[in-house]
Amino acid sequence: MEWETVIGLEIHAQLMTQSKIFSGSSIAYGAEPNTQANVVDLALPGVLPVLNVEAVRMAVKFGLGINAPVSQRSVFARKNYFYPDLPQGYQISQFDLPIVEKGHIDILLDDGGVKCIGITRAHLEQDAGKSLHEDFAGMTGIDLNRAGTPLLEIVSEPDMSNAKEAVAYMKKIHALVQYLEICDGNLQEGSFRCDANVSVRPKGQKELGTRAELKNINSFRFVERAINIEVQRQIDIIEEGGTVVQETRLFDPDKDETRSMRSKEEANDYRYFPDPDLLPVRISDDFIEAIRATLPELPEAKKQRFITRYGLSDYDAEVLTSHRALSDYYDQVARESNQAKLAANWVMGNLSGALNKANLEIKASPISAKQLADMIKRIADNTISGKIAKDVFEAIWQGEGDADGIIEKKGLKQITDTGAIEGMIDEIIANNPQQVEMFRSGKEKILGFFVGQVMKASRGKANPAQVNQLLREKLKG
Amino acid sequence: MSLTIEEVKKIALLARLALNDDEVQAYSESLSDIFDLAAQMNAVDTTGIEPMAHPQDISQRLREDIVTASDEREKFQSLAPATEAGLYLIPRVIE
Repeated sequence: MEWETVIGLEIHAQLMTQSKIFSGSSIAYGAEPNTQANVVDLALPGVLPVLNVEAVRMAVKFGLGINAPVSQRSVFARKNYFYPDLPQGYQISQFDLPIVEKGHIDILLDDGGVKCIGITRAHLEQDAGKSLHEDFAGMTGIDLNRAGTPLLEIVSEPDMSNAKEAVAYMKKIHALVQYLEICDGNLQEGSFRCDANVSVRPKGQKELGTRAELKNINSFRFVERAINIEVQRQIDIIEEGGTVVQETRLFDPDKDETRSMRSKEEANDYRYFPDPDLLPVRISDDFIEAIRATLPELPEAKKQRFITRYGLSDYDAEVLTSHRALSDYYDQVARESNQAKLAANWVMGNLSGALNKANLEIKASPISAKQLADMIKRIADNTISGKIAKDVFEAIWQGEGDADGIIEKKGLKQITDTGAIEGMIDEIIANNPQQVEMFRSGKEKILGFFVGQVMKASRGKANPAQVNQLLREKLKG
Repeated sequence: MSLTIEEVKKIALLARLALNDDEVQAYSESLSDIFDLAAQMNAVDTTGIEPMAHPQDISQRLREDIVTASDEREKFQSLAPATEAGLYLIPRVIE
């Protein structure tokens, strides 16, 4: 039987405020345990939550970024469950009146097509603390620094039909929240987390199958892996005559499997009700318009600009706008070098490769956009070949200075003087009569040998196009 | 509307209340009364009325995003039954 997969994602983006959503505690990462947890975060009796305006502003910004209506009136609700890292006994979240309503975002598919993914809603809520289960002689340790950190939960429609689409969507949202400067997108530190609702059904069936919720997946690679494993598990169960149970499952990357979290089985009755400690939030048009005026150029608009202004392919434009810092970097290199295509190749190729290898973010690149642009200008005006440029690139990376200085100092200027190249060719032809004979008897492939010899003789500095042309002329005899 | 014994037990479990059989019986009656009250209110025609989220007809005041709390861990942890390395210790939670 042929199966169809249905996936919806819930993404939790930690908002980049200074203080918590309902208290004046800091949300800075990595502090000593419980030093950023005040009376409100500890839920001591008699305390009251007071909503952080910046969290509201950031949620509105997100709404504008996905073309969604921002609710003029939204309401906080209590989601009731008991867990030791949630001292209130309930999470303050939003239920039937979220701050951001239905929006959408486009993802690029592998076949080059575009798919519109619906976003059901986005709502504000508070994060819980952390439980540490090791090292305390049979006790569990609780750190409440994270309790009350503002989160924006972004809920998608079940619009994705395979793991790749889910990853593409997650990356799109990841890029967007960073463009909007509402979330730092740090997956390692848990600022950007994802739960995936996964189900399968026979191809063509209208009703959805029973879904499993995969919890807390913290990397793009794991999302793809976890979904694929879960899909296969569900298909296996059904094909063996079983039924899929609706439950929460955890992905274990070490064992490469998903497994049931039984402890939550009976907890799925959250008994939401409006939080009497908080009043309805009213958002005026002025408030929304003031935020709209501060919106940066968003990924989709930037991508279109790169395509039309710089003549980039859809794919290149997509990659280069996947991170705001990367897009800004490329934008500057393309503008200053006036070589958009070459700039795209260098930024996506050598630069990204080198950054990856050194485990550096684009912001920490040892080569500035201006330095790369200056080097690309020298390729464009034939001062250096693309091959020599790799050495120049390496030297700039190592901090040896700018392109022009390095080219001058190391004598890397390309030899375009026909006479000089001809001299080298004549000598090589004279020294390799056998190979010359082979070429003349039709073994054209031997040309590569001669090109290699000339490049070696010129220490890489001969203009490759010229070398090719002159060689052919001379070898013909 | 009357609640079954099973429903009362489930509500007690969700609220982490340990009830004996007499209490379950008593709560089943008092909770059922509350449901009757809700049913009475449900019968009122509320067509065209915006659902009320709070008895006071005012909206939420917003706070500037400023860190105002300082570290008072020592004071808070003096109230806790057990702490170690800055953490609150509780009976083990099995995942």
